[in-house]
Amino acid sequence: MADLSDREGAGLLRFFRGLPGGHLGLLALLAALLLLFAVLVPGFLSQGTLNSFMYQLPLLGLLSLAMVVPLLTGGLNLAIIATMNQCALLMVWIMRTFIAPDASSAAVIGVIAIALVAGLLLCIAIGVVTGALVAYTGVHPILVTLGTKSLIDGISIYLTRGMALSGVPEPLSATLNASVLGVPLIFLLLVGAAIALGIVLKHTPFGIACAMIGSNIEATRYSAIDTRRVLVGVYTLSSVTCFLAALVILGTFNSASADYAQSYLLVTILAAVLGGVDPFGGFGTVSGLMIALAILQVISSGLNQFGLSTYLTVAIWGGTLIAVVVAQTLWAVLAPRWRRK
Amino acid sequence: MPERASSAFARWRRRPELWLLLVILIVGTIFSVTARGFLTLPNIIDLLETYSVQAIIAMGLFVVLVSGGIDISFAATASVAQYCAALLAARAGLPAPVVIVAGLTVGAALGCLNAALIHYLRITSIIATISMMSITFSLLMYFSGGRSIYDLPDWWTTRVTFYRTELESGDIVRITLPIVVMAAVALITWVLMTRASVGRQIYAMGGNPEAARRVGAKIGLLTFFAYGYLGVLAALGGMLQAHRVGESVPNAMVNTELAVLSAAVLGGASLNGGAGTVPGVLLGIVLLAILQNGLNLLGVSSYFFQIVIGITILVSTSITVISSRRGRRHRILGEEPANG
Repeated sequence: MADLSDREGAGLLRFFRGLPGGHLGLLALLAALLLLFAVLVPGFLSQGTLNSFMYQLPLLGLLSLAMVVPLLTGGLNLAIIATMNQCALLMVWIMRTFIAPDASSAAVIGVIAIALVAGLLLCIAIGVVTGALVAYTGVHPILVTLGTKSLIDGISIYLTRGMALSGVPEPLSATLNASVLGVPLIFLLLVGAAIALGIVLKHTPFGIACAMIGSNIEATRYSAIDTRRVLVGVYTLSSVTCFLAALVILGTFNSASADYAQSYLLVTILAAVLGGVDPFGGFGTVSGLMIALAILQVISSGLNQFGLSTYLTVAIWGGTLIAVVVAQTLWAVLAPRWRRK
Repeated sequence: MPERASSAFARWRRRPELWLLLVILIVGTIFSVTARGFLTLPNIIDLLETYSVQAIIAMGLFVVLVSGGIDISFAATASVAQYCAALLAARAGLPAPVVIVAGLTVGAALGCLNAALIHYLRITSIIATISMMSITFSLLMYFSGGRSIYDLPDWWTTRVTFYRTELESGDIVRITLPIVVMAAVALITWVLMTRASVGRQIYAMGGNPEAARRVGAKIGLLTFFAYGYLGVLAALGGMLQAHRVGESVPNAMVNTELAVLSAAVLGGASLNGGAGTVPGVLLGIVLLAILQNGLNLLGVSSYFFQIVIGITILVSTSITVISSRRGRRHRILGEEPANG
């Protein structure tokens, strides 16, 4: 009897985990933080906070999504920020080179379209090459992407001499900074990308193959899955997400540079692990990542309005991650004991 | 005799060090022909001094990599230890031995904190050290306000020369403190890892922790040793860096993580643990050093250097993995393992 109820409990637990809001611990943490800041900071729960939240989250959010896909297969993509910056640089360069000052609006839109396609193609090319290197050489993804990061950053810095390129044409920057019903377009971009990736990772053969590779790549290969092709797909998907992040860069900075957002690289790994993604691969959900991102952003906004330095924010992010992992470890040890009582 | 020579060659063929040495010789020959002043004693000594700090920290990182872990936080550790020591020396005016011991203690403590997170709380090493890096470096920037310390005492910034000679060309060659410390650290690490039981246990743990535990290795102690050793060497590197530049800048060491990691990995240290040698790591640093220096002397833009590093990492790691994969298929019993 006890055995049966245990199994029911496990089934129930799995059912809750499957729901988008199944991360009870993280949701509780988010609620507690919101409550804490609402009490400590007057005017924290306001439209202004919500707006800044929606404008600041997309960049880190899209980059974290780009990191989660390889993480799920037990890899890493250290080149995401380099990819994003090079893509943004290419797009800005095309737009400011080929748009004449007196061009008609149709010509401007044509060049913008060409720039977007070129940026997307660049990201796909980088993704395919990275994926092929990971899949066909068998070198650890950390090393491959360390090499590609250095290479891509090197090319960007060599070509721009480290300078920022500005000159995003008015139609594009206006579109990227537009909002729909009070919600910024770039935030909708993040939501759309998250939903799409969530569906791809959870409900397609490709997504299931990713999780299987993360659990055991040899077993996956023996179950007649072409792991190499899946890995190429993983890094391509990650790079294409970087293209979306490049759009956010163009919208928020109105320019592109080789060293924008470099400090986000390790934060994306923190966000993913905080969201319950197993760094060894195999387990993790996009919904968990989104809650983790919300937690990080709430901490950042709250401390900011509290008047604390941004340096302290990063320290508290790191501390939050360690605390959450400790809580998970303790829970795994203590929960069975309590249940037995 | 020819048979023995050929088996010795077969044994060496699978060692990444040999390939690295070959590449270094080829690159070195190209530069010594094309770049004037590359193969001169002053240039080589200069290179040694420039890369000494990186080499010292790479030795510590190598031990952690062999144990099967990874540490991203060493640059932050080095900065914190350097700044704490600089504060004690410049503001409190403490004497040299106290300051040095305090700096090394800070490094060891931060390393042990990493080890505690990894061993007791079972946090993956890369996650634990990324978090610790964010915490320690952000706190350093918060409390220091990003202000550099320029008034380091004389004993810290005076150049220490062990051997000085004047060449016929009139150039002066000095063997300075960083070079001597680097040589000592490399020698100590080599002895620890190949001639002492703790080093052999770390190799065993990196190869298979469970097997090592059953043989009787104390995994917890070894973890503390590996990360603590890296912490001490990072602190030493940080203080030497301040010695070389004559000031303590809180963010001078950031973003060196990936460069040091590349050097260690180029030299054959595996991210899966259990493999790598001290000479290999040193060769990795030598390769990066002569590439940068040679390209500089050739007048190639320094912006180009990062492209070269990227290509070097991609090519060398691919060759190493592919050649070892071929080796595994024809592995001969009784062959010496690649970690001697």
